[in-house]
Amino acid sequence: MAVATRPAPAAAEDKELLISGSEAVAEALTLADIDVVTAYPIRPYDTVMQAIAKKIANGQLVAEYIVAEGEHSQFEIVKHASTVGARVFCGSSGVGWAYAMECLVVTPPLRVPMIALVGNRALDDPGAFGVEHNDALFVRDLGWLLCWIDTSQEALDTTLIAYRVAEDRRVFLPLAISADGAFLTHSQALTMVPPKSKVDRYLPRYDRGDLLLHPDNPITVAPQANEDWVIEIRRQNNEAMARASTVIEEAYAEFRRVFGRGPENPWFEEYMTDDAEVILVGMGTISLPIKVAIREMRAKGKKVGLVRLRWFRPFPTDRLVAALSRAQALGVIDRDYSFGSPFGSGVVANEIRAALYNAARRPPLLSFICGLGGREVTLEDVYKATDMCYGAAKAGKSDPKTHWLGVRE
Amino acid sequence: MAESTTFTNATQILEPFRGVKKVTLEEYFTSGHRTCQGCESALVMKLMVKAAGPRTIVLGSTGCMYVANTTYYTTPWVVPWMHTQLGSSGSAALGTAAGLKALMRKGKMKAEPINVIAFCGDGGGADMGVGAISATLTHKEYNSLILLYDNESYANTDIQLSGMTPYGAHTTFSPPGKAKRIIHTRWKKNMAGMMAAGHPECRYVATVCASYAVEMMNKVRRALTIGGPTFIHSLDPCPKGWDYDPMLSHELGELAIETGIFPLYEVEDHQVRYYGKTKAIVEGRERKPVREYLLKQGRFAHFTEEDLEYFQKKVDEMWEKWEIPAVVPFRRLEATKAALEVK
Repeated sequence: MAVATRPAPAAAEDKELLISGSEAVAEALTLADIDVVTAYPIRPYDTVMQAIAKKIANGQLVAEYIVAEGEHSQFEIVKHASTVGARVFCGSSGVGWAYAMECLVVTPPLRVPMIALVGNRALDDPGAFGVEHNDALFVRDLGWLLCWIDTSQEALDTTLIAYRVAEDRRVFLPLAISADGAFLTHSQALTMVPPKSKVDRYLPRYDRGDLLLHPDNPITVAPQANEDWVIEIRRQNNEAMARASTVIEEAYAEFRRVFGRGPENPWFEEYMTDDAEVILVGMGTISLPIKVAIREMRAKGKKVGLVRLRWFRPFPTDRLVAALSRAQALGVIDRDYSFGSPFGSGVVANEIRAALYNAARRPPLLSFICGLGGREVTLEDVYKATDMCYGAAKAGKSDPKTHWLGVRE
Repeated sequence: MAESTTFTNATQILEPFRGVKKVTLEEYFTSGHRTCQGCESALVMKLMVKAAGPRTIVLGSTGCMYVANTTYYTTPWVVPWMHTQLGSSGSAALGTAAGLKALMRKGKMKAEPINVIAFCGDGGGADMGVGAISATLTHKEYNSLILLYDNESYANTDIQLSGMTPYGAHTTFSPPGKAKRIIHTRWKKNMAGMMAAGHPECRYVATVCASYAVEMMNKVRRALTIGGPTFIHSLDPCPKGWDYDPMLSHELGELAIETGIFPLYEVEDHQVRYYGKTKAIVEGRERKPVREYLLKQGRFAHFTEEDLEYFQKKVDEMWEKWEIPAVVPFRRLEATKAALEVK
């Protein structure tokens, strides 16, 4: 049975710290020796910038640390720093991420391997600090690599992996690490922090090669192309995204070799899925109530499992279909919305429906939306979803309605 | 090329050209652009980068000097050049300078002073990008020059008015009509004055006009030499947007100065120094009437005597009422003046 909650083997040189997800990212950024970082306040992602600022103030990290006057500039500054060869970091949340949207759009075609932390937050209005995944999902069609993390350890490890993947010349695309606001950005857990020597073995220097903007390499970047060339440039982006799948596989394998921990399947975590009749699917910290509920339900004889999706772009279509098509019914729990979409479902549910379209075996799929605005996802929500999935398994067909859980009527 | 002090704030020491015959022959902005006949902004690009020299990175925000000027496979830029978003000239300058500084400081790149110039049009600079430019002018540890080429409209998108379009001008967003002769009733922003007054640690702000090419290049060289973030505002006559015969570009630049509408000056370490005809005006030479400038341009063809008088009155105020004529529009109260005199 695939259970990914095994503690990593403690490597002697690692130090163990009780830190939040944001602090874990900052530890990784220090180890990755980033060169330029830009900050702008918005909750909850900004805890990572507070942690970096402390690292810089204490001399643990040497980097240009710029507090921008808005997210638009925040992302533009690091974009340009990256083109002259600097390893960069940035991030935002909710409407801050939206404010940077123009810059998020141009980064992939410029082939800038920027790493950003999205501390997932509900979009205004009305104001809410809590988690929703719609902010990070803005970039799902644009050439950003996009993943969701679940623990402080995964935050640290994924940040290191992110630089290795994004800065691989076969990829050269920006990468957003999504972390649920509060539940991960602010929650502390014991985290193994590797020594710099190991990270240096794992992470090569960022080499922009013949794309470097420098007087010794006087190129013109992003001149006006129009219909003469734009479609070819789009296809190059698409090919880079396709190559990223291989690079991600390699980066996780190498990570396990150097650090002695990390998942064998980079794309998603499988929890008790081997014999599962019903598989629930979600992203991020929603895994915690689902896992607890699964253990409770299994004690009562219900064979339920969880697939926690880590990588959303590139989307692991084949592997995911292989894992999901075994079940008798699927329940996809979105912490996002897509108003007016097919079936009124969330984004993840419809992506999985599309992925399953050509599958030899398509289990009934139910779509759920819950936990919006940071509302707690309760065990009862999970039990209710699971019962409905069993109903669909018994009926042998999908219920096309999207079910909102834990909502006042 | 000489270098000043430590590399973290080092700049190239670019001595002024002592006359047009001493200007270097090398060009770093050459053939390949597609700008209009008589385009003054293309000349500004050429002079700007000629003044800066080969160890320069240029960032260009969206506008004519991107769309018409920098086309895939026919780039005119000999130095490295990169597009940046419409409102991002400030961020582009800051990010590029910060990236270079970080890499040099950490020994990841050979340390040398590299000029960073970001240019923007009046729309990108004075409207959308003014916040980012303002922020960059407060980051004194990063050397960069932001050059605003002001052709007084969104000239690339069909001549729409910007915050820098002169009062009353006919643009596609402000056409004169039967019910309203004048739709655009805002007075042009005072960008150079605002940047100089609002950023206490910005050491150099200047205005230029390519009609005075050597002076213009020397201001670019001064801005790059002095270090930190600097700002130059260039007034660029635009045959298409201003509606005049392209042969008049140079003359209209001169008239903008001679009428006192656009003053030529620099503010170096807070000291204002007037240049050329502007200096002569400050020292008593009479300004030419604004009508000599306005009526040469089709965009003011709908102006009545009343409009011309209003325009003249506003320009007169710049010279007669402003605390620092044509630079800073503050006026002291009489009581304040008296109090200061007593001291």
